[in-house]
Amino acid sequence: MIEAELSRSVVRWCKGATGVTGAAKLSGGASQETWRFDIVHPDGPIGAILRRSPKGYGAAPTRAAGLAAEAELMQLAYEAGVPSPRVMHVLVPDEDLGTGFIMQRVEGETIARKILRDDEFAAARPLLARQIGGVLAGLHRLPQDKLPELRSRSATQEIAEFERDYRSLNWPKPVFELALRWLRDHDPGPSVETTLVHGDFRNGNLIIGADGVRAVLDWELAHLGDPMEDLGWVCVNSWRFGEIDKPVGGFGTREELFAGYEAAGRKVDPARVKFWEVMGTLRWGIMCGGMMQRFREGPDHSMERAMIGRRASETEIDLLRLLAPRGS
Amino acid sequence: MQDEPTPIELTKSVADFLRGDIAPLISGHQAFKLRVAINILDLVTRQLTQEEGSDAAEVERLRALLGIDGSVTELNRALVERIAKGEVDLATPGLAEHLWATTMDKLAVDQPNYASYKRELGRG
Repeated sequence: MIEAELSRSVVRWCKGATGVTGAAKLSGGASQETWRFDIVHPDGPIGAILRRSPKGYGAAPTRAAGLAAEAELMQLAYEAGVPSPRVMHVLVPDEDLGTGFIMQRVEGETIARKILRDDEFAAARPLLARQIGGVLAGLHRLPQDKLPELRSRSATQEIAEFERDYRSLNWPKPVFELALRWLRDHDPGPSVETTLVHGDFRNGNLIIGADGVRAVLDWELAHLGDPMEDLGWVCVNSWRFGEIDKPVGGFGTREELFAGYEAAGRKVDPARVKFWEVMGTLRWGIMCGGMMQRFREGPDHSMERAMIGRRASETEIDLLRLLAPRGS
Repeated sequence: MQDEPTPIELTKSVADFLRGDIAPLISGHQAFKLRVAINILDLVTRQLTQEEGSDAAEVERLRALLGIDGSVTELNRALVERIAKGEVDLATPGLAEHLWATTMDKLAVDQPNYASYKRELGRG
């Protein structure tokens, strides 16, 4: 099946390769799949990952940058020394694999709960908040003249977009309404500087090893905007996986994150970071609502999707903790 | 009036069977799906147990806050409208307390193990 097509592909661009083995699907929705496989090579197997939209699923959802842009961004990051897999090949139509790319497989863990609990990562954990600050600074410094075409979003546009998404759910939620109001009242306006924003930089989208961050994954929501958005999103409580007193992905403090970012020569605006944390919390809550809607209307009528709809209330309590904290 | 056992008792018996008799027999992705299924049944059991009381209390608070009457859905629609218009906000006496009480009741059904909820429960 897919191994035959992958084999035909790799022998064309990987010198010495004779085929592939061990292809297994890691994740996949209707429009996007991730596969792992090994390239068979005389010098030993080469671990690889395929990210693709199968044939017939070329069009990306409106917010996504698209797989071609994702490949370009990962390669740019790799070249700039931002932890990222090396992109080995961008798929071409006659390979019959759909659209997407093949990248080097980076060994390590992405499952947030394991990273936060397993002994293997005990030494890395206290270093991660600061390290993430440095990684984000490098990412925000990627040369803008080399970036692929990306959508550009200001805070004001994002608020309007979330409001539209929320209203389309027809789901009266007083806490979300209050959060929208707060966001409009605290809209910081255009940022002094517009940079590349990863858009989904969080615990769960990072490959972590015993030595710390090894790769930043899932660039599909990359866009141009306020760099503080990434610092706020990584602090959203949903990505702390229970370690609620360690805002940065459950690893450490905002102060450590900010120190790592500033040590790499960039400036933090804590008020903007807080704004984006509130925005991010609401964003995940509205996404949970979107999952509920897709469950109801099909085609994904899975139990998992149904249950994600019931996680919106997690973001409501987190919004209240941010906007109306009770006495400590 | 319907006969017994109650929906709560019936749902709980299915969850207990899946948890006790089936879960030990399967593994991998099927086991993951089964865990999700059991979680759903547990959630439904909690909702059936708690919803009546929490909805009644929510309606009481909303009536006092808004000065109107209606179903829990109608009153929530009225509240979001007033928040959107800026007529009601966190400075409005009772709003923060109402939202906290309502949200805590939701978490008690949806995700009673959520860390933020457990922390806030300790404050109540």
